[in-house]
Amino acid sequence: MEHFTNPKFFGKIKDADVIGKAGNPRCGDLLTLYLKINPKNKTITDIKFETLGCASAIASSDMICKIAKGKTMEEALKIGFQDVSNRLGTLPPLKIHCAQLVTEALKDAINKNLLNA
Amino acid sequence: MKKKIYLDFAATTPLDKSVLKKMMPYLENKFGNASSIHKFGQEASEAIDETRTKMAKFLNCKPTEIVFTGSASESNNLAIRGVIKAIRRKKQAGEKIQVITTKIEHKAVLEVFKDLEKEGVKVVYLPVGTDGIINIDDLRAEITPETDLISIMYANNEVGSIQPIKKIGKIISEINKIEQHPIYFHTDAVQAANWLDLDVNSLGVHLLTLSGHKIYGPKGVGILYVKEGIPIMPIILGGSHEWGLRAGTENVAGIVGMGAAISQIKHTKTNTLSMLKLKEKLIKGILTNVRGSKINGPLKTDDQLPNIVNFSFLGVEGESLVITLDEAGFAVSTGSACTSTALMPSHVLIAMGLTDLNAHSSLRISLGKYTTIKEIDLFIKILPKVIEKLRRISGR
Repeated sequence: MEHFTNPKFFGKIKDADVIGKAGNPRCGDLLTLYLKINPKNKTITDIKFETLGCASAIASSDMICKIAKGKTMEEALKIGFQDVSNRLGTLPPLKIHCAQLVTEALKDAINKNLLNA
Repeated sequence: MKKKIYLDFAATTPLDKSVLKKMMPYLENKFGNASSIHKFGQEASEAIDETRTKMAKFLNCKPTEIVFTGSASESNNLAIRGVIKAIRRKKQAGEKIQVITTKIEHKAVLEVFKDLEKEGVKVVYLPVGTDGIINIDDLRAEITPETDLISIMYANNEVGSIQPIKKIGKIISEINKIEQHPIYFHTDAVQAANWLDLDVNSLGVHLLTLSGHKIYGPKGVGILYVKEGIPIMPIILGGSHEWGLRAGTENVAGIVGMGAAISQIKHTKTNTLSMLKLKEKLIKGILTNVRGSKINGPLKTDDQLPNIVNFSFLGVEGESLVITLDEAGFAVSTGSACTSTALMPSHVLIAMGLTDLNAHSSLRISLGKYTTIKEIDLFIKILPKVIEKLRRISGR
């Protein structure tokens, strides 16, 4: 709940190195992740999100930013939706897709970055 | 704990204190089973009869035309399934049952029809305009000599749009005068009960659904009006209760409560006008203070219930809006259901032509007889802040 009512990582990074997206208007969740990446050691030095979505989608977005920050891209790719859900105190079954959505967005960003490299 | 403000009267209403008082004896000493022969039973059955007469007076029908059920959903199921069950037996082999309804019915009607489609019933779902109202010519065009049943809600629970029930009733009764094959007409009047004329004769309906808990009565009780002579069969079997149409020991306290609640309804102009005043203040406050806000529903006052208003707020998702407002002390609801496995936005708003995103950003505010101007003022003060916060998170 705290990650929904007082998210720490929301906002835009204007000079982001890469942007990851996930979601569709039909289900009502649209999210964007902004990443800054240190080119030398390939770690995520900063990460922020913008999410139009339900409370669980916002909380999951905040949580994945918290988990991913400081990790290398390789480590970040391994973050599963269970990690996000567990750290939030386990999402109800109907809201698991929110955790899946944020991991998709992070993977989208990292894959784009790898392509660019 | 700060005071919680309830603006969700279309979801349910609180139980009126005087209604509870009337119910209490039947939850305590007068506990008899209305089917029992002894004094305890007589006491219960008298209370039910009395309420039945009250209901009949309210609807302008005979007491024998009132069936007490366990909910409005059950009433809708009984109306639709019960009539179809009865007429199906008269059909020749291969003859299809044909019904007409709308795309914006309550799920307790829509899901029944979806289920019946699997059993071979032909269902036409009428579209609605951006105002949430059907076009009467669309209905005329869909009626065929084979049409068996038409089910159209009186007033919509999400946007408050009122359907032209009286006009539809007239069309149907004219057709029934000349055609041999009768059309039966059902309306779900749950949301309309507090505000609109429910005289079943002037409406021209054969079946009408009401609920207890939307009129400051108890939950767990509904009624179905069934016009005398309409073919209908029970869907719950196991006893001869309610003219053999609904088996199950009567919920005496609930029925008494429903009667007490009905007695309190007064369809006066003063009531409607004072409710409209509250709603207009709310609407004006929101439209002036929240940029990117848009009303979903009819534009004309006469086309909608005086107590329901539905908004879309661009760049905000309905469910997170409801939760944030709840944290701030306000109870409202949304047509954005992000909980179902399908994750579909409100079928009503989509039928009205809203985009998925606009339907997901919807908020329903419904007022009731306990709502005050002060509560509206507080809501208007908080809402813009909550929306701006969520827009910062969504970046929109």
